[in-house]
Amino acid sequence: MAKSIKIRAKEKGGVTTVKALMTHPMETGARKDSKTGKKIPAHFIQEVVCKHKGNTVMTAEWSGGVSKNPYISFKFSGGAKGDEIELSWSDNKGGSDSMKSAIK
Amino acid sequence: MSTEIKRRIFLKRSLAAGTVGIAAAAGLLAPQRVLAAWNKEAFEAKELPAALNALLGSSDVAESADITVKAPDIAENGAVVPVTVDTGMDGVESISIIASNNPVPLVANFVMGSGASGFVSTRIKMGKTGDVVGIVKAGGKLHSAKKEVKVTIGGCGG
Repeated sequence: MAKSIKIRAKEKGGVTTVKALMTHPMETGARKDSKTGKKIPAHFIQEVVCKHKGNTVMTAEWSGGVSKNPYISFKFSGGAKGDEIELSWSDNKGGSDSMKSAIK
Repeated sequence: MSTEIKRRIFLKRSLAAGTVGIAAAAGLLAPQRVLAAWNKEAFEAKELPAALNALLGSSDVAESADITVKAPDIAENGAVVPVTVDTGMDGVESISIIASNNPVPLVANFVMGSGASGFVSTRIKMGKTGDVVGIVKAGGKLHSAKKEVKVTIGGCGG
């Protein structure tokens, strides 16, 4: 399975900026298939968790209103170059993925 | 051993390792789901006050000049609207992003852990022209700022 997450974390002046891209269709459940006229079932990421050395620095909860292939960026202090950072998501159909990276 | 066979063994092994990795990740994720259960009520609410009550326990929001909501004036494609919420406040507990005219107004809620600063950036969908509202929970109180985004659907960037 191909990894669905790209993550980049950079430390500058004590503040770490994390940027991440996920590959996901993010279907709201309100859209209709143009051919069949049936509703496309909802399929979106509900929760994103980012951890720095095992401590949760950010938890995001989403509705289907986040664009497909979601992008997030946030900042936190206390990170150092080389520290491990882990991002994981889980969706409404029970799917999930996670990715580890080191702060640069 | 020919390179072809080596390649096959390599593929097999990497596939096996991949499966184990995913299983481990699933195992790790399960307890988190229990801890922070997705707030179904808030994320399916059609009205903003109901969503805020369900999510943050209050819909009493004061406008604040310390919050900046960055979004384009005109979004040609409502499916991808970049939004950034930035605040200099201390003790930020959570940042919520709301597209007030969406069928489900509450788009995202970011719970900031220790050390996280009041900055979050993402891309959201917008059904039609309306305000993008950033709500920051700091020190137990709700503060907000908004920015109007005009959405042109099928237009030529007018």
